[in-house]
Amino acid sequence: MTARRPLQSLSTIYRIPLMIAVLSAVGLTSALLGDGMWDVLSWLTLAVPVALAAMHWRRSRAKA
Amino acid sequence: MNTRSLRRWTWIHTWTSLISMVFMLMLCVTGLPLVFHDEIEALFEQGVKAPDLPPGTVATATLDRVVEAARQARPNDHPLFVFWRDENPSVTVVAMSAKPIPEPGQFHHVSIDSRTAAILGDEPPHFGVMDFILKVHKDMFAGLPGELFLGFMGLLLVLSIVSGVVVYAPFMRRLDFGTIRRSSRKLAWLDLHNLAGMVTVVWLLVVGFTGALNTLSTPMFDLWRMQELPKLLGPFQGMSVAATPSLDAALAAVRARLPEAKITSVTMPTAARFGSPRHLVVWIKGDTPITSRLLTPTLVSADAALDVTIPPMPWYLRTIQVSRPLHFGDYGGLPLKILWALLDLLAIAVLVSGIYLWFARKKFFAARREAASPSQVHRGLHENAT
Repeated sequence: MTARRPLQSLSTIYRIPLMIAVLSAVGLTSALLGDGMWDVLSWLTLAVPVALAAMHWRRSRAKA
Repeated sequence: MNTRSLRRWTWIHTWTSLISMVFMLMLCVTGLPLVFHDEIEALFEQGVKAPDLPPGTVATATLDRVVEAARQARPNDHPLFVFWRDENPSVTVVAMSAKPIPEPGQFHHVSIDSRTAAILGDEPPHFGVMDFILKVHKDMFAGLPGELFLGFMGLLLVLSIVSGVVVYAPFMRRLDFGTIRRSSRKLAWLDLHNLAGMVTVVWLLVVGFTGALNTLSTPMFDLWRMQELPKLLGPFQGMSVAATPSLDAALAAVRARLPEAKITSVTMPTAARFGSPRHLVVWIKGDTPITSRLLTPTLVSADAALDVTIPPMPWYLRTIQVSRPLHFGDYGGLPLKILWALLDLLAIAVLVSGIYLWFARKKFFAARREAASPSQVHRGLHENAT
């Protein structure tokens, strides 16, 4: 068995989830504030969590 | 975090999830088509469109003439309200009922060209597939108790998400974000649960919480109707229903008071609960993304004076109205709806993998214990789960 990885700190574990949370919050709010660019901003930010999930799922299938 | 508090959080996550699970799954599945209800209805219903008028035509029909045309089309029915759809401003829809106090949903919708008063369509009352799905999603055919029950399930969901975020950490001590271990089926499900759960946290919190808030809208609106409207309408209760005054003159009176307002519908004088026997109720809204969600009733006296009264709307109704789009996802065009649907599918993945993990838990944690497991934290989880 390979050497175990060292334990990660909480700030490392939650770094990406926190980033997703902030982007989602921006996306959910921006389309409420206006149309046009505000809508586009919400599409881009809310696409990030969906894209991340799809990317990691595909990556794991490629490895398997 | 120590083992005891972790165990407590795990307990909260397990039970709030287990109790709300079936209902959440139902809400996510029925919610999926509801996100696109506008598009689906447009696809299946023969949409009534106002024809292009030949150039040079003078379009002069008044609203009163439009309503008169509806009366002539269905002489035995009562026109109870008229409304306009945002996407179809030159079509006036007149809702007609066979009874002066209508049964819910029992309306003929007569569509009339607002410019020429020509009849464009007459849609009988019907209860379609989308109405059925909405009813299941909203109250499971159990009325207000069903609605409030689902609201409570929404609050359990919020608790389940928060506790899920807390118990996420111990699983990820040695893993990068998004890792899915294919070495075992159970680990793959666990990792999928963690990944899909983490990417949907904020979206699901917002949709779940605003959904729960929405279940309060019926009782809140009733509260307002009982507290505020009687002060205005009390003296008129039980009076005979006034003849409908000129709608054109009434709308002109409202526009004079509120030049910015967009008029969405007009309720005729009626003895039914949704109106007043001695007034027209003219519903208005603003035209910015937020104020277009704020429907406000104005009362116009059904007499020669056409006095306009604007009852104040309390903060709790405003809050519910503003929170609605955050539940429906209908405030940023079709791309936002598509993202809403994709996030909903991810939420379904969280629920299904969660159910799987619950049923597979004994074998799962036993297998992991054999694999000579390390930290204090993990041991806490095992003890709790077995």
